[in-house]
Amino acid sequence: MAGSYGSTLRYKNVERIKSIGKHTLLGASGEVSDFQEILRYLDELIIYDDMWDDGNSLGPKEVHNYLTRVMYNRRNKFDPLFNSLVVGGVKNGQKYLGMVGMIGTHYEDNHVATGFGNHLARPLMRAEWHEDMSFEEAVKLLEKCLLVLLYRDRSAINKFQIAKITEVGVTISEPYALKTFWGFLAFQNPTKGAEGSW
Amino acid sequence: MSSIGTGYDLSVTTFSPDGRVFQIEYAAKAVDNSGTVVGIKCKDGIVLGVEKLIPSKMLLAGSNRRIHSVHKHAGMAVAGLAADGRQIVARAKSEATNYERIYGEPIPVKELADRVASYVHLCTLYWWLRPFGCGVILGGYDRDGPQLYMIEPSGVSYRYFGTAIGKGRQAAKTEIEKLKLSDMTCKQGIIEVAKIIYGIHDEAKDKAFELELSWICEDSNRQHQKVIFKHNKTLLILFVWKEINTLF
Repeated sequence: MAGSYGSTLRYKNVERIKSIGKHTLLGASGEVSDFQEILRYLDELIIYDDMWDDGNSLGPKEVHNYLTRVMYNRRNKFDPLFNSLVVGGVKNGQKYLGMVGMIGTHYEDNHVATGFGNHLARPLMRAEWHEDMSFEEAVKLLEKCLLVLLYRDRSAINKFQIAKITEVGVTISEPYALKTFWGFLAFQNPTKGAEGSW
Repeated sequence: MSSIGTGYDLSVTTFSPDGRVFQIEYAAKAVDNSGTVVGIKCKDGIVLGVEKLIPSKMLLAGSNRRIHSVHKHAGMAVAGLAADGRQIVARAKSEATNYERIYGEPIPVKELADRVASYVHLCTLYWWLRPFGCGVILGGYDRDGPQLYMIEPSGVSYRYFGTAIGKGRQAAKTEIEKLKLSDMTCKQGIIEVAKIIYGIHDEAKDKAFELELSWICEDSNRQHQKVIFKHNKTLLILFVWKEINTLF
């Protein structure tokens, strides 16, 4: 939940998961102000959609596609929004999880991550994810990933939120910290095996 | 050239010698011929009702809506030319979103009414435009509570406790005047509005109609929301429901 000022951990309580409409969750890394701008766009999108009052509402698929267009459009203006976005949700029994990069690259997958998560978390998820995970199992796996990220990413802080979205609705957890253990042998002499690296 | 307009009624930019602009009056005429639109301010919110005349039996029920949402907290009911009305609604929507984009809060209803009125008025000022052939009733809820405005083709807007436009406006207004709006809830108000619209409709003479209703109140979370009726049957249920309410 950090919002950095360069490499200074300037803000330590920034919510970076938000719900969009009734069926969608959006998570972001990168520039916080750009994320806030994106949230404004989405607010307008949802309002204009609601005003039709036709009983339809935008689902995660539509929101994801909208975001791919926004991000790609901005990169074509050479003024990209500096975020990686994760979009997930459930609508009409359809689960959806996708991600958008800052230049509009996008994909869907069963598990996604941004930034360092692509290198450190996704291998773990590839190994342990399976289709019929329970919510508890999923949280466990996510916390495992987050812990690794916390250990390995200098700029990460030990404060997280986890959000759940189902057909019933959205719940975003209160911020909480993970229990850490810094006594691992690998942490004792970090340059071991990388002689002369620093 | 010898009838009413006597040459001064073709232009929106020319006054007649006795100081009238006939085109605007003709536009008002278009409003007066349309199905009745009623709006009331209750103690806890706004109720809008429209007698939507059905030009053909083959129309899908619920099409050609005359009540539209404008942002979350406001709604508009249109009398007169429906297509002109949509133009006004589109403008109102964009004014509302624009306001929020700049000031970060929902547009106050008074501001919205003023801006829409300016737009309607603007169209009476140039020879290459014609006035809108419709009047709108705008209801909304902001920090000053529920408010009701009516905007006419001339571009004037007034705030009301209750008002009506369209064919049956006179009868509707007399009915509204009889209501004790200051201590009526929207739940009671919506029944009264439905009753008024059914009351002024002449089954034998008038075209078939569809009742359109909407409200903005605490029950709708201070948001504009249409209230759906499956016509007569639902109204009957409503009356029964009201009877039950008076019992307790």
